Amino acid sequence: MSELGSPASAAPLRLPEAGRIDRTVTYGFSFNGQRLIGHPGDTLASALLAHGVHQTSTSIKLGRPRGIAAAWAEDPSGLVQIEEPFPEPMLLATTVELIDGLVAHGIPGQGRLAEVPDSARYDARHVHADLLVVGAGPTGLSVALAAARAGARVVLVDEQSEAGGYLLGSNERIDDRPALDWVAAATAELAGFADVLHLQRTTAFGHFHDGYVLALERRTDHLGASAPRNRSRQRVWRIRARHVLIAAGAHERPIVFTDNDRPGIMLAGGARTFLHRYGVLAGRDVVVFTTNDSAYAAAVDLADAGARVHAVVDARAEAPEAWKEECTRRDIPVRTGQVVCGTEGVDRVTAASVASLSDGALGERDRIACDLLLVSGGWNPAVHLFSQAGGRLRYDESLGAFVPGEDREDTTVAGAAAGVLELGECLADGGRAAEAALTALGIRHGGLQAIPAAGTGSGQTPPLVLWRVPDPDGDGTAQFVDLQRDATVADIARAVGAGMRTVEHIKRYTTIGTAHDQGKTSGVIASGIAAELIGRPVGELGTTTFRPPYTPVAFAALAGRDRGSLFDPERTTAVHAWHLSRGAVWEDVGQWKRPRYYPLPGEDMEAAVLRECAAARGGVGILDGSTLGKIDVQGPDAAEFLNRLYTNMMATLKVGSVRYGVMCGADGMVLDDGTVLRLADDHFLAYTSTGGAAAVLEWMEEWLQTEWPDLRVYLTSVTEHWATFPVVGPRSRDVVGAVFPDVDVSNDGFPFMTWRDTTLGGVPVRLARVSFSGELAYEVNVDTWHAQAVWDRLIAAGERHGITPYGTETMHVLRAEKAYPIVGQDTDGTVTPHDLGMAWVVSKKKPDFIGKRSFARGDNQRPDRKQLVALLPEDHDLLLPEGSQVVEGPNLSEPPVPMLGHVTSSYHSAELQRTFALALVKSGRSRIGQVVHVPVGGSLVPVEIREPVLVDPEGARRDG
Amino acid sequence: MQLITCPYCGPREEVEFHYGGQAHVAYPADPSALSDEEWAHYLFFRDNPRGPFAERWVHALGCRRWFNAVRDTATYRFHHIYRLDEPKPETT
Amino acid sequence: MTAETLARSGPLQQLTDRLAELPRTVQVVPESFVAMIDLRLDPAGAAGSDVVSYLGVDLPTTPSTWVETDAVRVIWLGPDEWLVTSLSRTPQDLEAGLRDAVHGRGAVVDVSGQRTALRLAGEHARDVLSAGCAIDLHPRFFRRGAAVQTLLGLASVVLLALDDTGTSYHILVRSSFAEYLARWLLDAAIEHSDS
Repeated sequence: MSELGSPASAAPLRLPEAGRIDRTVTYGFSFNGQRLIGHPGDTLASALLAHGVHQTSTSIKLGRPRGIAAAWAEDPSGLVQIEEPFPEPMLLATTVELIDGLVAHGIPGQGRLAEVPDSARYDARHVHADLLVVGAGPTGLSVALAAARAGARVVLVDEQSEAGGYLLGSNERIDDRPALDWVAAATAELAGFADVLHLQRTTAFGHFHDGYVLALERRTDHLGASAPRNRSRQRVWRIRARHVLIAAGAHERPIVFTDNDRPGIMLAGGARTFLHRYGVLAGRDVVVFTTNDSAYAAAVDLADAGARVHAVVDARAEAPEAWKEECTRRDIPVRTGQVVCGTEGVDRVTAASVASLSDGALGERDRIACDLLLVSGGWNPAVHLFSQAGGRLRYDESLGAFVPGEDREDTTVAGAAAGVLELGECLADGGRAAEAALTALGIRHGGLQAIPAAGTGSGQTPPLVLWRVPDPDGDGTAQFVDLQRDATVADIARAVGAGMRTVEHIKRYTTIGTAHDQGKTSGVIASGIAAELIGRPVGELGTTTFRPPYTPVAFAALAGRDRGSLFDPERTTAVHAWHLSRGAVWEDVGQWKRPRYYPLPGEDMEAAVLRECAAARGGVGILDGSTLGKIDVQGPDAAEFLNRLYTNMMATLKVGSVRYGVMCGADGMVLDDGTVLRLADDHFLAYTSTGGAAAVLEWMEEWLQTEWPDLRVYLTSVTEHWATFPVVGPRSRDVVGAVFPDVDVSNDGFPFMTWRDTTLGGVPVRLARVSFSGELAYEVNVDTWHAQAVWDRLIAAGERHGITPYGTETMHVLRAEKAYPIVGQDTDGTVTPHDLGMAWVVSKKKPDFIGKRSFARGDNQRPDRKQLVALLPEDHDLLLPEGSQVVEGPNLSEPPVPMLGHVTSSYHSAELQRTFALALVKSGRSRIGQVVHVPVGGSLVPVEIREPVLVDPEGARRDG
Repeated sequence: MQLITCPYCGPREEVEFHYGGQAHVAYPADPSALSDEEWAHYLFFRDNPRGPFAERWVHALGCRRWFNAVRDTATYRFHHIYRLDEPKPETT
Repeated sequence: MTAETLARSGPLQQLTDRLAELPRTVQVVPESFVAMIDLRLDPAGAAGSDVVSYLGVDLPTTPSTWVETDAVRVIWLGPDEWLVTSLSRTPQDLEAGLRDAVHGRGAVVDVSGQRTALRLAGEHARDVLSAGCAIDLHPRFFRRGAAVQTLLGLASVVLLALDDTGTSYHILVRSSFAEYLARWLLDAAIEHSDS
């Protein structure tokens, strides 16, 4: 017993025997504040019904009492909120397995998410199979057995807590023994096959391309407090099957009549399941309303269990003989040609109105008192997974339901899901389906297996298709189609009246089928009623598209382990730990973690960046630039290849030298930029931007493989092989010279835009005189194994010069002061090199390169194109927000205000001792010196357009 | 999650691939000889059929090879997958 | 400068202790400092046979396979691309040897720092992989000699089967993703921990 204490009373509607529950163990639980009891094997719904509790809450719009209306996931109304053990909203009482100490209450269609983090784990598994069987009912089990015996790799999933499907809620027999004995033997045999994965409590909820099915396994909730802490609560199985066999059964369909939503009105099969599976009598005084044979079993079984069945109301003119006899034997009156046309009761049904129905007219009404009204309007095959994967459906006139309408290569539907509703036929259909699937898969099998014998053999009397009972005294506003949405026949009529003629429109207008149950009970009925109102055949009108998920899936389960620090990989450089130890504040650059700045105690970002900038321009700074993309380009045609891709000349680059290059798309817009080192005649190393690394390599491969396969060139990513550390500033020569004494670091010995190879302790190191700051700088490259050691040497050697590690923010300021663009920040895919003021990087000599032809397009020649310029706010302390619009000003004209451009980069400059920005401004270069305006915080700020290079425009500093 | 059959690595999940647009749109032999309109046609105009469509794909997370495929844009089904050095299959 | 050797470091150093605490059924062992050379050539050409003589083993031309000798392992990466790895040779030595053999008829690139190697072994090794790898790892199909480039979790990897029972694998991951992958493996192993 739980700490909830003793309940007020035992469960009065729990039968002393029957059911698959363990009566030796008693669980205490609380529902709507009431203390109740149940047993292992119960669902919350069965435990509630055992206490006679039908109503769970009231409906979302109309506030009408609603209760448990089915025994499993098709229930459109019995929604609950779990409070203990962990808050979870919008669950069906019928699918919540009872545990000791459960605390729940009913909800009117809207729950409450937990306010504390969910500490449970959720994970995923990939699994591959020859055959995926969905559903471990009689059909699915016979398929799985046949396939397993043939040696196939089989995955069998079933959403219930144990195998058996429909058989769990019945008293059928197979091979003249209880059917569940056959189920037990089948599951035991399956367990003996190494290549069979049999998962219960696992709902196949989505069927996608190429045999890909997602299934959700519920792994711990039913274990309550004894669940292992390290076990994931739910698991998404990502199943890839060569063949998918859907044996998902069928959902019983209600019939719409006036006041058909009261607690105590339930699907007939549901009541039978509560009886046989849970040993619960759903009511004592029963009326059964049906259009087909299946509900008779419920009437007979409930009567045998002690209920008083006051009538079987069969809408058909004739009742099936065999069932009529069974009813007569139990004194159950059978009323043919009659329907239930109304009910009484408030929080529980108390009576049903019964009348004859002929030619659409109701006869005299008869009132029958009852506390349980069972309904069966026939069965809808669970074609969801077939339809989700694109399978076409066909309307079956005799069933009044949609069934698979085509054969598909890699998907089969069998048993009740294909409209085969009789047990013996399901077993046979499963055998046939298995044989066909195995043959299609090329798996040898011993022919058709012996089919277990089952069923009455008497056959079935054809069902009557009846969507709804007329409502002559009403307007359809109390005839509920979708209980969850409080949507009625009147709503469908209004939709049709408004001119809607397709079920997809009607669904969206009425919201029928959009609730948590996705129309399992309401969808087909809505089609039927709409068809009647429109005056077209149901088959022509069709049904709405089935989309995943079949049943609701928590986002937590879909996210799985991709949360927290594993949500998106954090890429780290070889000196990450050092940055961490120095208190770096991180910037996410793509997936990379890069130090943005290294604050000293008491510093904010502005102070830290001003200090770092001053160090790089006045002393020496060091940056971890390892994230730059690096592509090794080798082969006899490497020079020609790069010549075609970069806008400038690469073929003339000398071995030992470095050249800055820009790549454009064929449309002439800047794609990426970086430096290129020529290592040998046939060997280059191309640097890309951090964000562009993968895309540039793919771009290069695309041209090489698809357009120029004749070029003898090989491309290899070496981004993470090389760590790259720019040592920057007037003192960088001293630092690099001290660490690499064998290298002549003088300007003559090691000129700007050249590189030198050396070694340090036997380890190859490559130095390059490149600068992204305008200062004297040496880029130190070493393999990542030795990156930390080399970094440490540089820091140690730089100590006496006050070497200052700096982050991306300082790097951005330094480069912006020099108007070096950042692709993707100062460009946006509409910017040419000319727009950036970089006509010098565009070769006039090369006959062609990617992008060249586009530069001559009229649009790219317009004088009013946006061009990169610097902006200096008149207020030296005012930092323009990046992305701000640039307008003429000083006053705004009438809207639409002409936009001149926008701010792309904006910083405080230590060097200039003021703020500055880069911007793309229409005709910007011809407006140097003019004042334009930028809206900042509700006012227009005057800014002066300037030449983009603000620091050292002569380039005097780069050589130290 | 669709499977795409890399001509080298075999069937892999679609996330391993990147799309490369319409196949068999050759880079013009001499772009400078084209009018602006002809060049714009090369740059911006692509077929958009409902049905079979020849496309380029790259097995980006696998062998990094580009290849061609004929895929039905209505059903997503790949009808043919062929290497760059193989001719475009006849499609109906 | 002194001739003292530079210390080496790898991306998984911070996690060594945590990896060592993993249950026996899921062992993750970083294999640091494996020499790795990317080799590009036409396997049908003369360079191919010269490289085969140099390595002492045929270059695997069946996609998604690997072969090995006492000194090197050769992993198929593409129709004209292999990764040659070695625990006993230095990157410089292996690169120079291959460069000699290829002799300008292909490409040889030292990529030793590009990827980090891990060994994953134990009874639940395959389960852990199947938590984030869409490849069919059934030992009937993915057994010793198989090597695929694919996704593990959200990281791009080269995954090698080292045995025929699904209990021993070699994983090569881009070095910047190594810490992510190790944390991912640690997290996946929780399911198989004893507690």
